[in-house]
Amino acid sequence: MTQQYNKPLPHPQGESDVYWQKAKQHELWLRRCDECGKAYFYPRDISPCCFSKRTSWMKASGRARLHTFAIAHRAPTPEFAADVPYVPAIVDLEEGPRMATNIVGIGEPTPEKLRIGMPLVVTFEDVSDTIALPKFRPA
Amino acid sequence: MPRAAKKKSVAIVGVAESDQIGKVENKSSLQHHAEAAYNALEDAGLSIKDVDGFLTAGYSSMVVAEYLGITPGYTDSTAVGGSSFIIHIAHAMAAIQAGYCEVALVTHGEAGRSRRDRPSADPAEPGQQFEVPYGFLGAPIGYSLAARRYMHEYGEDRVRQGMAEVAVATRKWALKNPKAYMKDPMTFDDYHNSRWVSWPFHLLDCCLVTDAGGAYVVTSAERARDLKKKPVWVQGAAEAHDHAILSQMPDLTFPISRETGKKALARAGMTHKDIDLAMIYDSFTYTVLASLEALGFCGRGEAPDFVANQRTAPGGSFALNTSGGGLSYTHSGMYGMFLVLEAVRQLRGECGERQLGSPKVALINGTGGYLSSTGTVVVAVD
Ligand SMILES: [Zn+2]
Repeated sequence: MTQQYNKPLPHPQGESDVYWQKAKQHELWLRRCDECGKAYFYPRDISPCCFSKRTSWMKASGRARLHTFAIAHRAPTPEFAADVPYVPAIVDLEEGPRMATNIVGIGEPTPEKLRIGMPLVVTFEDVSDTIALPKFRPA
Repeated sequence: MPRAAKKKSVAIVGVAESDQIGKVENKSSLQHHAEAAYNALEDAGLSIKDVDGFLTAGYSSMVVAEYLGITPGYTDSTAVGGSSFIIHIAHAMAAIQAGYCEVALVTHGEAGRSRRDRPSADPAEPGQQFEVPYGFLGAPIGYSLAARRYMHEYGEDRVRQGMAEVAVATRKWALKNPKAYMKDPMTFDDYHNSRWVSWPFHLLDCCLVTDAGGAYVVTSAERARDLKKKPVWVQGAAEAHDHAILSQMPDLTFPISRETGKKALARAGMTHKDIDLAMIYDSFTYTVLASLEALGFCGRGEAPDFVANQRTAPGGSFALNTSGGGLSYTHSGMYGMFLVLEAVRQLRGECGERQLGSPKVALINGTGGYLSSTGTVVVAVD
């Protein structure tokens, strides 16, 4: 990090502390509902599938497929001006849940470089002393 | 059987915008609320003293009611994005039918273009933690992600053409509306040549950002019959939401109007064939395509064909967004209010150059958040 990172950072909450601590160790962890066995995103103590308190943490494989993407050409706020064009994306994790992320590692993004369904793998961007953002690159 | 109002219990009796809309420097969002309220009450022939129910979104109803100087006995701050003001019709109806109030005022005001400060978000909200750090900021990025998925499922070229048809047709309506922000014609080339905002969205896929207020008044049949204007009767309504942030949307191509459309029609005792005018929130061209399908005007993936050949333009066979919509008339941020104003004016026959003959029944569909919430209402005149 040569420059000060000035984009919005997540503010971990009690029930997401583990998620962000693991991310800082470059691991992607998910919550799982032990009532039905499904993984879910985003992390919360009571599961949204069964509204159950029987939940646990699990390490994700980090493999995903591209569900959809856009290419942001106009910076939504000045902090993103240096990033455009960038790729907001939604990915289907191998374990089932869907999450928001960015696709990186493709150079200048163009629609031709991105194919819905393409296999992806997680990669982590260290953005502060406590936060690493899970992003995805082509597998 | 002539298509007309079947239920005559509760009516919309006054509608208005704020004094000026478009680019209005030095007026706050609250001023737009108040001006619109003043004008809508005048349109109805009612006084602020008659108002005993108050509904709004964007601010707490406490804040706006204090500003207006009223003490409502029924209060509702349901705020689920731009669809809120459609949902408020049903809430006002329920409150009137339950005897909670008799004259409900619903206001909207947003200095979307000229406001001096942006509100800050609660960092504990999931979107702030799991979307915003990735530059998921603002509606164009969110809706373009949904549109890209739709293109993948139904074919990029034909979807692109459908989006262009909506943009061009909506502009044609705006040119017939003196209050519309956009005053110049749009060609298909203009659409295709406009710059990328968030691919697959061109600039001309996106709604405007304006300063505007709007308001309407809902009252009982007894009160409605004595007022200045022809009552526009509420026939049926439904509301729902199935997520808040886009990455939690169950199906990016099939918004929750899939539920509210059929429920509102069933409650009205009507079918799609009864609808003379559809006012469908056009935050983006894609929102119209997805909503037409979810509302059941056509099958899934068929909307690009449904809108082909300028079918929704003036003179076309499907009357849609005759005000010029959020794309070309006005879009302050939570545009849903303005769908109501146009539906009421068309049913009253007040639309001048853009008037559709004598329409009897209109369907209003508001979308809020990131395709998150919808309110659908069917309204009709005698
Ligand atoms: Zn479960």
